[in-house]
Amino acid sequence: MKKLMAILVLLSGVGLFAGCAQQQTTPTEPTEAPGAAAEQAPGAEAAGAETERGFAGSPLEDPQSPLSKRVFYFPFDSSEVSAEDRNIVAEHAKFLAANPNASVVIEGHADERGSREYNLGLGERRAQAIERLMLLQGMAKGQQQVISFGEERPAAQGHDESAWRLNRRVELIYSGV
Amino acid sequence: MRTILRILLVAALCSTGTAQAVLNIEITEGMEGALPVAVVPFAWTGATPLPHDVAAVVSADLARSGRFAPLALDRLPARPTQTAQVDYAAWRGTGAESLVIGRVRPREGGGFMVEFQLLDVPRSQQLLGYSIPATANQLRRVAHQISDIIYEKLTGERGAFDTNISYVTEERGADGKRTYRLAVADSDAYNEQIILTSSQPIMSPAWSPDGRRLAYVSFEEGRSGVYVQEVASGKREKVASYQGINSAPAWSPDGRHLALTLSRDGNPEVYVLELASSRLTRVTENWAIDTEPAWSPDGRALVFTSDRGGRPQIYRLPMSGGMPAGSPERLTFEGAYNARARYSPDGRRLALLTGEGNRFRIGVMDIETGNLRVLTESRLDESPSFSPNGAMIIYATEIRGRGVLEAVAADGRAHQRLGLSRGDVREPAWSPYFK
Repeated sequence: MKKLMAILVLLSGVGLFAGCAQQQTTPTEPTEAPGAAAEQAPGAEAAGAETERGFAGSPLEDPQSPLSKRVFYFPFDSSEVSAEDRNIVAEHAKFLAANPNASVVIEGHADERGSREYNLGLGERRAQAIERLMLLQGMAKGQQQVISFGEERPAAQGHDESAWRLNRRVELIYSGV
Repeated sequence: MRTILRILLVAALCSTGTAQAVLNIEITEGMEGALPVAVVPFAWTGATPLPHDVAAVVSADLARSGRFAPLALDRLPARPTQTAQVDYAAWRGTGAESLVIGRVRPREGGGFMVEFQLLDVPRSQQLLGYSIPATANQLRRVAHQISDIIYEKLTGERGAFDTNISYVTEERGADGKRTYRLAVADSDAYNEQIILTSSQPIMSPAWSPDGRRLAYVSFEEGRSGVYVQEVASGKREKVASYQGINSAPAWSPDGRHLALTLSRDGNPEVYVLELASSRLTRVTENWAIDTEPAWSPDGRALVFTSDRGGRPQIYRLPMSGGMPAGSPERLTFEGAYNARARYSPDGRRLALLTGEGNRFRIGVMDIETGNLRVLTESRLDESPSFSPNGAMIIYATEIRGRGVLEAVAADGRAHQRLGLSRGDVREPAWSPYFK
């Protein structure tokens, strides 16, 4: 789980990557540059420059890429994937086929209506519908893990359709990319 | 015709640490047939106030059952605390057929002695009387025992007030972090004790038949697992963590088997786990979601939810010695969505969740006739659970965006909201009688 989190931070791109580096500075230690102010001649001011070039980009992070869509929504008590989502799921499958070290957790969720245990089954059925498509489109068996949370982890609070439609979903969570 | 009776009880303390807890009893269904009774505040002669108002707890218990309509305090013609002080003629005018009076006195060596009498107003005679010792912590419990004694004397059926409930709460912190708790409390939701705290969801608490253990689902390892925990010691063990879903535990009446739902073979199926040997038997086989098993009280059937017919409905599977003894038969035909069935203690009815459109309500179905009676008027109900005497059903619902527990008489006569916990409250399970 920790590993997953770390990778998620990496995935979320250069902006957050920089933020991450900043966080590594321990607040209790004074933030001083090596070879500090004392050596500076009056009238001159030295400064550091950023030259490191870590590449943290990924097609997963291209907002124009179909891969940026990693949440799929469903009708009530249904696990039917829409035609539009099928194409996007196919892109994810191709990406995974091309990146054998990548893996994905396919999380299934339900809205709060009906019974919690049935919804746990429904969340799994939705995640498996996505999983099945991805396996058909070239994802290797073993690259994926299906977990259902039923209605236990809603994405949106609220007790009407505006929240429910956001909660009947499958989320793809990548790691190893 | 709707009668609304509102009693506000202010209890001095409850174990959640709040200084004052208000129990709001709202009885919203018709009170026809409820027996008028009068519960007079008990006498107390001690120097400091009692930690609990015993008569108020008794009165709330009796009202909650739907079988009794306690007189409001301002309608009591007198406040006798001894039998000799009772002027029966004055009580006949109130319509109350039964009168409860009592006294609490300090006991030598600490604690209290609670004495009460149940009087028959039309016959001007005492029906029964008891003295019960109690420590400060036991006063509420003694009040529930008094309610049980009165209930049994007047209805001829065993009371279930001195029992427990378990439920799950979810609280969101200021930082958005969620905390899930598994709680055990008295049947009126007082005396809450937390037996598990987790940052991940907890689901489906189920009491063992002896009331000593709870089985439940916890996501503490990032996915579902089934655990069994001793209530008194907190000692617990994980009994199922297979690939996929591990959920919906249900104890067999003899306590030897746990029915549960596993999707390790690809989709949710009902299994029976023999606890002593850890032997696992799959008892359903269908592409559908088969889940939420519940044993009949005689152990000779399991009901479960399945959408094998297209939508969730209740099915019954004959069982023998923890093994299937036939094929499943569909039980529910009324309503588009029926799920989460629980047997009444007499085995003749099922409490279930019944859905139509966007409304999900609690119903009781007579198994023999198939007649389904909807008991609630709300829209997001869940998780019905019978009291061990079969007279009441506790369930969860949503009120103004918050999960709360409500109790309803099994014949639909009285509703009460139990609103003491913080955060969202859900998935109540009523304990059996303790053995």
